[in-house]
Amino acid sequence: MFESETAPTYHLETVEDNQFVLNLGPQHPGTHGVLRVVLHMDGEYILTADPVLGYGHRMQEKIAETMTYTQVLPYMARMDYLGALSYNQAWVCLIEKMCGLEVPRRAEYIRVLCVELNRIASHFLWFGAFLLDLGAFTPFLHAFADREKILDLLESVTGSRLTHCYFRFGGVGADVDDDFFAGAQAFVDHMRQHLPTYHSLVTGNVIFQERTKDVGVILPFETWGYGLSGPVLRGSGKQYDVRRSEPYSIYPELDFKIPVEQSGDCLARYLVRLREIEESLNIIEQAVAGMPDGPVRSKVPKIIKPPEGEAAMAVETPRGELMIYLVSDGTKVPYRVKYRVPSFANLSIFSHLARGQLLADVLAILGSLDMVIPEVDR
Amino acid sequence: MMITEISILRTLLTIAGITLVVGINAVFVVWLERKVAGHMQFRLGPTEVGPFGLLQTVADGLKLLSKQIIFPSSADTPIFILAPIICLIPVFVALVPVPFSKTLQAHELDIGLLLVIALGLLNTLGILLAGWGCDNKYALLGASRAVAQILAYKIPLLLCILPVILLAGTFSLREIVVAQQESMWFAFYQPVAFFMYLIAITMETNRSPFDFAEAESELVAGFHTEYSGMMFSLFFLAEYTYMFLASAIASILFLGGWLGPILPGPIWMLLKIYFFLFLMMWFRWTFPRVRVDQMLTFGWKILLPISLLNFLITAGVMAVL
Repeated sequence: MFESETAPTYHLETVEDNQFVLNLGPQHPGTHGVLRVVLHMDGEYILTADPVLGYGHRMQEKIAETMTYTQVLPYMARMDYLGALSYNQAWVCLIEKMCGLEVPRRAEYIRVLCVELNRIASHFLWFGAFLLDLGAFTPFLHAFADREKILDLLESVTGSRLTHCYFRFGGVGADVDDDFFAGAQAFVDHMRQHLPTYHSLVTGNVIFQERTKDVGVILPFETWGYGLSGPVLRGSGKQYDVRRSEPYSIYPELDFKIPVEQSGDCLARYLVRLREIEESLNIIEQAVAGMPDGPVRSKVPKIIKPPEGEAAMAVETPRGELMIYLVSDGTKVPYRVKYRVPSFANLSIFSHLARGQLLADVLAILGSLDMVIPEVDR
Repeated sequence: MMITEISILRTLLTIAGITLVVGINAVFVVWLERKVAGHMQFRLGPTEVGPFGLLQTVADGLKLLSKQIIFPSSADTPIFILAPIICLIPVFVALVPVPFSKTLQAHELDIGLLLVIALGLLNTLGILLAGWGCDNKYALLGASRAVAQILAYKIPLLLCILPVILLAGTFSLREIVVAQQESMWFAFYQPVAFFMYLIAITMETNRSPFDFAEAESELVAGFHTEYSGMMFSLFFLAEYTYMFLASAIASILFLGGWLGPILPGPIWMLLKIYFFLFLMMWFRWTFPRVRVDQMLTFGWKILLPISLLNFLITAGVMAVL
């Protein structure tokens, strides 16, 4: 991202008495990555907060224009490394949509199963990191212990633990064995027992409630204007989830709810995410139970050449709505790719929320938005 | 007092003894903290160096000793150097009147408790100097938080100590324990003061959930952001020694110091001290951090009135009886 001429720049000379400028980041434990926030402060209070982006900019959109459709696929996991499989899904679904490729039902089930596992893993990491922002260290390791189980499961299928590249055009990379299904079911049973512990240890804690209640309130009418999506949106009482509103894959056939909280504060976003974990567990259970037999990959041409035209595909990543817009000129490389990433849109409301807040609250708000900085910077 | 050979010898012995206590305590408490944290988090904590990883702290200390001390170019160097010393020395001195048994005490003072309280205040001065001297905004914010909170906990802390002084009728730490010999431990007479005191010393020692002077996720490392190597470990040593001191005072005031059946006095004293230290570790590894204004509100609006009321009631009852 280029520094535009209108970008606010603060110099110490322009700052009034009793006020100062604090550079939060790019190396700061509270920003979870190379995000820099220029804070204009009066004591502990934030007057303005301006995120400065681009430290992790890798020209993902430009890279996609120089590679074949298959070669772009691994780059998907590098943007949102916590929701890698959602990005996988968005890209393969988009190409399948353009080329009119068939996907076997078993492959769709495996995709949904893996994506939901990935979503839970992402929410666990967020849970730990958010509590870390609030100064509690122990929940982080508890969440990681459970996340580890998912990573082991996904590793056995996709071969990697974080930057998965498993889905293929017209199916998935390899079939899965019964051990994986048994493991997934065992994980669901384990989490059903263990999730109440999370609530009793953290949700009910007085200090936690005090720190998150009425902090960083996003009003419902603000949400669309800022383009919010995902748990940040649903924490403000809007029932919008791409899996339901623009259904794709096998989601219409599955029975799951979209958790919504009304209060719009950090606590609401926290509760939405924890309830999403429960719903994802339901989806996993249904996917395991209803797993059809058959092939996992259809016949796909060796070289993918979508017909001339344009298409867009939206999926629900753990952070919200990801939309990939693709213009094809009929050759084997994309003409233009545009990623509409949820973190970037969700970050846009941060300055608004941070104004007038205390430093500690600002970091809680930033944590509750669930940023993945490489996704913001792309 | 005449300076005699005996008094010089005694002074030297005191310094050696306190250094020994502080050193061994730091090694042990840091190890204990990491073990407690580890077991609360499905980990083992240190296991490699020495039996049960006991010497891990020594290894870490040696590493810190060998590290370069970096002075920020814009730092106020004298203040920068002075700050960790001001943090550590008062805590050292404050251990002088602390009795570990009826006879094991560096120096008996009539006003032992007053001395400890007065020296305890200097800790905040050290933090303020550290925040001011190193010309770092995070450090300055951390230091200003430490200064802001000092009144919020110090006054309730004193108001929790006063009922004990009323009950014991003395400022001498040894006499306070002796007073509990005839009656029950003061924790049973003063449960409210005991509870408030526990909260107040958690604030006093800058421990989580009140650790916002060094709040990691907000202020990087707070007042000691710019300190490295041995100067950082001086702060570290001061913090753990201060915890030890606060726990020692707590056990003397409320749990009868060295009193206890069967085991010898110093063992009881240490057991009680480590009980309080364990409590503080328990707080740290299970609670989120409160916000600065919440802590100040808590200190001024809850701790202060309750401890004041408790003190007045105690004084009234004492006057009537």
